[in-house]
Amino acid sequence: MKRWIAIAAVLAAWACGSDSGKKAAPDSAQPAAASGSGGPVDLTGAGATFPQPLYSKWFAEYAAKTGVKINYQPLGSGAGIKQLSEQTVDFGASDAPMSDSDMAKARGGAVLHIPTVVGVVAIAYNVPEATTPLKLTGPLVADIFLGKITKWNDSRIAAVNAGVKLPATDILVAHRSEGSGTTFIFTDYLSSVSPAWKSGPGKGKEIQWPVGLGAKGSDGVAAQVKQTRGAIGYVELAYAKQNQISTALLQNASGQFVAPSAEAATSAADAAVAKFAANTDYRVSIVNASGATAYPITSFTWLLVYKTQTDAAKAKKIADFIRWALTDGEKDAAALDYAPLPASLVARLTPRIDSLAPGTPK
Amino acid sequence: MTDASIAPTAQPAQAAGVRLGASGNGDRIYRWITTGMALVIPILLVLIAWEVFSGAWPALRKFGFSFLTSSQWDAVNGKFGAAPAIFGTLVSSLIALIIAVPLAVGVAIFLSEFAPTWIRQPVAFLVDLLAAIPSVVYGLWGILVLVPFLRVTIIPFIKDTLHLGSFPLFAGPAYGYGMLAAGLILAIMILPYISAVTREVLLAVPRSQREAALALGATRWEMIWDAVLPYARSGIIGGVILGLGRALGETMAVTMVIGNRPEISASLFAPGYTMASVIANEFSEATNDLHISALMAVGAVLFLLTIVVNMIARWLVWRMGREQGG
Repeated sequence: MKRWIAIAAVLAAWACGSDSGKKAAPDSAQPAAASGSGGPVDLTGAGATFPQPLYSKWFAEYAAKTGVKINYQPLGSGAGIKQLSEQTVDFGASDAPMSDSDMAKARGGAVLHIPTVVGVVAIAYNVPEATTPLKLTGPLVADIFLGKITKWNDSRIAAVNAGVKLPATDILVAHRSEGSGTTFIFTDYLSSVSPAWKSGPGKGKEIQWPVGLGAKGSDGVAAQVKQTRGAIGYVELAYAKQNQISTALLQNASGQFVAPSAEAATSAADAAVAKFAANTDYRVSIVNASGATAYPITSFTWLLVYKTQTDAAKAKKIADFIRWALTDGEKDAAALDYAPLPASLVARLTPRIDSLAPGTPK
Repeated sequence: MTDASIAPTAQPAQAAGVRLGASGNGDRIYRWITTGMALVIPILLVLIAWEVFSGAWPALRKFGFSFLTSSQWDAVNGKFGAAPAIFGTLVSSLIALIIAVPLAVGVAIFLSEFAPTWIRQPVAFLVDLLAAIPSVVYGLWGILVLVPFLRVTIIPFIKDTLHLGSFPLFAGPAYGYGMLAAGLILAIMILPYISAVTREVLLAVPRSQREAALALGATRWEMIWDAVLPYARSGIIGGVILGLGRALGETMAVTMVIGNRPEISASLFAPGYTMASVIANEFSEATNDLHISALMAVGAVLFLLTIVVNMIARWLVWRMGREQGG
């Protein structure tokens, strides 16, 4: 009986496969009629999981619009860099810029970093006693994650939260257990606001945490914070919102307390772009940006492509896609809790994309 | 298509002599094919071992023996020591065995010796079904049910009601996440393996063994304890080893509840780390060569540990078999 079921399954799979094979041929001849599933893949990419919800939406929309199919494997930033270096994919994606030694190892020559969206990392906490959103400063967050501040009613926390009732409970720190771009952004921020953090744990996708529990994935951290009284953790904004966890207002470089939001992150990116050198390669950190409305824990996430493309047709496809992503695509960002790039940056990136293959946004 | 073209030539009935010759050839070909298949496994094993150990070599050469004894796991500064992960793997598996073995053997004894047939089948089926639950589902159950239960009910009970908080085994804050949660999840996961094997082994114990014990005036309990279990001992140990193998290598469910802190603590409530979790957590985002090599080295240690545990188990089974024979 089992065997018959297995044979039937194989036959069914074979039938479906050959069916879509037949359909695919006319599709590729008339790109505009493409359905978005099945058929040959035009571009392949691999890398970061952090922007994956947005990227998969982009690829689906772009395929529906132009017929160009992009197969993206969210294997993690490290794997994305590795696969690009070995030229097994057409483009990579990463939450942390490639290091100089990574760049030197890339087999296809110089790698262009193209920012796509701004990611926002929120400080999530579970203190039911505090009825108004807590305010925190960079050094406070660093000292909490260093284990120097261990109680919620610590005088330093109380000093910036006048009038808020703070319990005498222990602070339970939650962090990501696996290597993650979110951890990189968060530790990059802590390194920039706290000398003790910089010389201690430092910044990286996975670091040696002085205190706290490691939870797997953003959903794991969110669950740990949501369940545990007194917990504090860092998650991408989308996870904090979906799980309805309180997020702290953070003091930015201008001294203002700002809530995490897409607008505040775009504003941070805008302030950072104004300070970029004319010949920047965009491998830059934008944490702790100045500007009254800037939220401090933000970062670009990048697409990685080779500067010199060997296949002109592919180069054109990549360039066309990026052009579309940075114009029409950016409109999808806010709905998924990513911050769109500021217009000032898109304007500066255009010549860079044209250098791959000239064209106009579709 | 190819099936259809081959089918007719394979069918026809031929003269006896020809068929004899053909079957001789067939035997030889069949032997080659099966020999080849049998060789694939050891070759694969050797290739895997080679790949893991050559990948691990740079880290092992750099850190030497301290890789096994150091508790530092710092990817930023390139310092790697696997002691907490080795400790965590062994301790979480040990907790799992301590809980699961009596339970699984108890279930098996009930099912094979006491349960009426109409209960035996459904209960055995349900226990076996535990093995079919994906480990990520166990992990989610751990996060949503087991961990809060431990934090809110069990740990406060042990600490405050029984006043055992100062005892090192129960020291530290009540996170819920930690070694105990990992051990409990593993216990549930390995239970069906041990219980299924034990049940089969107990059912295979000859009736005469039981009747002989009863004839000598043994109670039912004495019959099981003195006649049935010793007879089935090596089989039960085989089942336990199967469960242990699963516990040592289990990744997802453990990662979700153990707290992932590379630290050695005497407390059951403290967070820990396991070798499989380290690899699963860090491999995808490890870019620096030393880091990757250190993760490969953890894999190599886990590989060796599993082989050693299996060898000890084989030796135990073999020695018991000899004792019984002699």
